[in-house]
Amino acid sequence: MLHIRNLHASIGDKPILRGIELTVPDGEVHAIMGPNGSGKSTLSYVLSGRDDYTVTAGNVSFDSVDLLAMEPEQRAQAGLFLAFQAPVELPGVGNANFLRTALNAQRRARGEPEMDAATFLKLARAEAKRLHMPDDMLKRNVNVGFSGGEKKRNEVLQMAILKPKLAILDETDSGLDIDALRIVGDGVNALRGPHFSALVITHHQRLLDHIVPDRVHVLAQGRIVRSGGPDLARVLEAQGYAQVIAEAA
Amino acid sequence: MNAPTSGTTAQAFLARYAGLRGRLPGAETEREAAADQLRDTGLPGPRDEAWKYTSLRPLAELSFHEALTDAGDHRAAPALPYLATLDTAPRLVFVEGRYRDDLSLAPEGVSLRFFADAPYFAPRADRGAITTLNTLLAEDGVVLDVAAGVDAGTLLLINIGADLHGQPAAFHPRHAVRLAAGASLTLVDISAGSGTYLHNPVLDIDLAEDAKLAHLRLQIEADEAFHLGAVYAEIGARASYDSFTLSLGGKLVRSEIHARLTGVGGHAALNAAQVLRGKQHGDFTTVVSHDAPACASRQTVKNVLDGQSRGVFQGKIEVARAAQKTDGYQMNQALLLSPLAEIDSKPQLEIYADDVKCSHGATVGELDSEQLFYLTSRGIPRAEARAMLVHAFLSEALDLVTHDGARGLFEAALQGWWEQAA
Repeated sequence: MLHIRNLHASIGDKPILRGIELTVPDGEVHAIMGPNGSGKSTLSYVLSGRDDYTVTAGNVSFDSVDLLAMEPEQRAQAGLFLAFQAPVELPGVGNANFLRTALNAQRRARGEPEMDAATFLKLARAEAKRLHMPDDMLKRNVNVGFSGGEKKRNEVLQMAILKPKLAILDETDSGLDIDALRIVGDGVNALRGPHFSALVITHHQRLLDHIVPDRVHVLAQGRIVRSGGPDLARVLEAQGYAQVIAEAA
Repeated sequence: MNAPTSGTTAQAFLARYAGLRGRLPGAETEREAAADQLRDTGLPGPRDEAWKYTSLRPLAELSFHEALTDAGDHRAAPALPYLATLDTAPRLVFVEGRYRDDLSLAPEGVSLRFFADAPYFAPRADRGAITTLNTLLAEDGVVLDVAAGVDAGTLLLINIGADLHGQPAAFHPRHAVRLAAGASLTLVDISAGSGTYLHNPVLDIDLAEDAKLAHLRLQIEADEAFHLGAVYAEIGARASYDSFTLSLGGKLVRSEIHARLTGVGGHAALNAAQVLRGKQHGDFTTVVSHDAPACASRQTVKNVLDGQSRGVFQGKIEVARAAQKTDGYQMNQALLLSPLAEIDSKPQLEIYADDVKCSHGATVGELDSEQLFYLTSRGIPRAEARAMLVHAFLSEALDLVTHDGARGLFEAALQGWWEQAA
């Protein structure tokens, strides 16, 4: 599904990613953990095509195509989804209209027929209900006046409707209480299957109790310094990043 | 005295007037006064404070058709775009400033006279250059009365411009709308056209006490057209003048609204959106005069400027000594889609009463790159994402339009704008 080879990226002159090597096979969920400033969010932005970052070396293939050659919208249309760490507010853009526009843009790009408003609304209401979101969140402007937890749930709602092949969850657990964490975890688990992969970026092991990863990678100073099974998350939680990173060095 | 900076143009209009004298409808008193005015001062130039940001110089490059407008010049029914949501509404259609009975659908609940038959120049103080030019050469227009207590529903006033057999045409319709006590009307006012022409409409509005006029304006003049328009509204006690202007077309456009609140508890809303591109110049100038106590005025004005376009907003709020408990609000915002686009914004508050609430603000910004990335990261193509964000920016003003048919008209016109841009 996703192959990252020797990926280097900078903001301005400042290198952030310094040779990432990572493979996420079809159907697997991988966690990326690491301290602040290790490059976790940069990795998610570089993969989704944000233009503040410059890729200076390496390559990324997604479903056997060159991901880095594509525009952000083409990446999404190809099945990539980024759940933002800080979802953006869009005053004046209705949530339902936004979601339907996105879904139909993707369907159009894949040569599928667009979904009419009534069918879409039924789908959106059902998915919102599964995430314990009140109906009026579809009517409100995108993320405007949403609490931190509501914004994160709205990201998962988008993911549930767009049904990506690969989801990158950038600290989706931050700002969530225990109940919301479970609901979000259930939302991600509902998508799991042979054609869904995920990269779960997090500081804490908590989310990984709900979304149990196949592999855990530790990111430090722009490189993956250690990889392991789900147990690695518990080791990190017990020993702290400093020790695990020091051992890896 | 100001030196006439567009003297050639003033001379050309005066020459046309001289050629048409005796054939224009009505007595000559008003027109002679306008001619004297134009001879004395010419058309306004950059040294006139009110015209600092809008130059009429491009008009001087044109030589206008000189004869009277003949309704027979335009037999073909011009296309009326974007009217799907107002398909069955009664309408008064003017082509080249002349009433076209064959294209109109008679309204009910209003009484109509035409300027060509019975010229009417409403008495107003503080007339500016746009009105002077109109008074000089007005040939036709509608004078529309709604009787006390009557709800006249929705009426379209459509002005269509065109050149005359390839030569630029100038037309100067003079309209008036008068609502008696407690009367109400929704007037959907559309300016459209094709070719090169000058559309110089003046609309005088009188609202008696408790009257309500919703004035919903769409300006989609032709790319090469000039639009110099003025609205003068006199608003009585507890009466309401609720206007929204969507300005999309024209090469050089100046749209003035002068609203005077003359009775206690009156209300005036002068909301607008200008969406410009290429080398368009769009000027929205308002003067709101609070002459009576306890009146409210509202202005939400949005500008979206692409290409090398230039937007102007001049908004003056005058509060007379007697106008205590005035509640005034003015907000002007510009979204620049191109580094070459430009906005000039001039709010002006003149307050002589001491117990008033008046606020104004202005912002200028660009599209937010984070918002743009968020939308594209969901698979929405960049052009569509930009359109969504522009529409979102405009929605604060558009949402003030509560009339479904007019809202549909504005949305369709904006959609058309994007399709032309694509």
